[in-house]
Amino acid sequence: MNIDSLQRGLVIDHIQAGKSMEIYKFLELDKLDCSVAIIKNARSQKSGKKDIIKIEDRIDLDLDVLGFIDPNITVNVIEGGKIVEKKALKMPKEVVNVVRCKNPRCITSIEQELPHVFKLVDDGRSTYRCIYCEQEYNSKK
Amino acid sequence: MKHLIEPTDMTPQEVDEVLNLADRIIANPKAYAHKCEGKKLATLFYEPSTRTRLSFEAAMLELGGSVLGFSSANSSSAAKGESVADTIRTVECYADIAAMRHPKEGAAKVAAMNATTIKVINAGDGGHLHPTQTLTDLLTIRSLKGRLDDLTIGMCGDLMFGRTVHSLIRALLRYPKIRFVLISPKELRVPDYIREAMNNQGVEFQEVERLDDVMDQLDVLYMTRVQRERFFNEEDYIRLRDSYILDTEKMENAKSDMIVMHPLPRVNEISVEVDKDPRASYFKQALYGKYVRMALIMKMLGVEE
Repeated sequence: MNIDSLQRGLVIDHIQAGKSMEIYKFLELDKLDCSVAIIKNARSQKSGKKDIIKIEDRIDLDLDVLGFIDPNITVNVIEGGKIVEKKALKMPKEVVNVVRCKNPRCITSIEQELPHVFKLVDDGRSTYRCIYCEQEYNSKK
Repeated sequence: MKHLIEPTDMTPQEVDEVLNLADRIIANPKAYAHKCEGKKLATLFYEPSTRTRLSFEAAMLELGGSVLGFSSANSSSAAKGESVADTIRTVECYADIAAMRHPKEGAAKVAAMNATTIKVINAGDGGHLHPTQTLTDLLTIRSLKGRLDDLTIGMCGDLMFGRTVHSLIRALLRYPKIRFVLISPKELRVPDYIREAMNNQGVEFQEVERLDDVMDQLDVLYMTRVQRERFFNEEDYIRLRDSYILDTEKMENAKSDMIVMHPLPRVNEISVEVDKDPRASYFKQALYGKYVRMALIMKMLGVEE
């Protein structure tokens, strides 16, 4: 399958196979006017299969959100058809209103105006916990 | 200490200070009868409670302070949909310190995050935490066992939804040579974050299904209620229900100086016949609850002895 190579824009690479739509939604890429290509199950030397998202514009990406979903993702900045910058991601200490707490007993389930805040409690296991009820969110699961 | 939302909001030194003050109050309650004159405690109880609310109110009254509040969500503006954040901003116009019981987890934390002048105490948030019960439990153990270290503590019953259990485990993790024996049906074991906390601390613990198998190891047996509706199937309930009922027969296998605790209310998990056993300590525990809350209110309000 051929996808035109980018002259200028961003390539979100090394996405865990099957996760690209989730990232598309998290980053609200549906709101962009430029071309966006989602490549699912591309061949990967590291993991066998991977997803890739190509964006034909240099938009401001929320790297915290990407790092929260998967810190192994890489973001390549393309200018003149070449990679001019590789952005490494890391897990943010805290994410606000990225995921909602799923605990039906959490105060956020009844108080709509509360921000949904998750704090990183274990880097190794990528574990985040709701600051109110301590419900776990693991981005790798 | 600005607020008490979870047990670890207090340093071990602050816990010791509160327990030591409680001991002094027990020794001479009259000396503290006017310590909180002019101060007001608001009890904001969105769900039913006997011991916690009454012991808070009794504690403030015995310190010479006053009490206001509500004892169910229906008798406050929560029934009209008022948020916890707005409620605490209102209550701080009228009171110096608030004790909040709420069915939703994290409610007291939200109150504390929105408070400017008032001090907030979590008096139980859903199945999450109950730090003043923990102080009560620590005072009970220290008073009756003489120490808070080198103890084998059995926790029996519903360990998944039992907020008193979660809080007490966290608090005890800070003392040396504590061993936990967690006795519950598989479906009602402690949540992952509690197991994670025990593992991180390197504390010795075992998870078992039957109380009889471990009775003779325990220095403290902390009983909680297991409700039939918490089981996922009837077979398991029938197989295990008697295992969690403490009776005189099971007490025969226990150490002669073991103490039996229960945050109460009990339903049938401790037979009434056990009440006569000198090791039954749950009503003493309810009394310690008042003294420890007196000490806590004084500390949080910064009242001098």
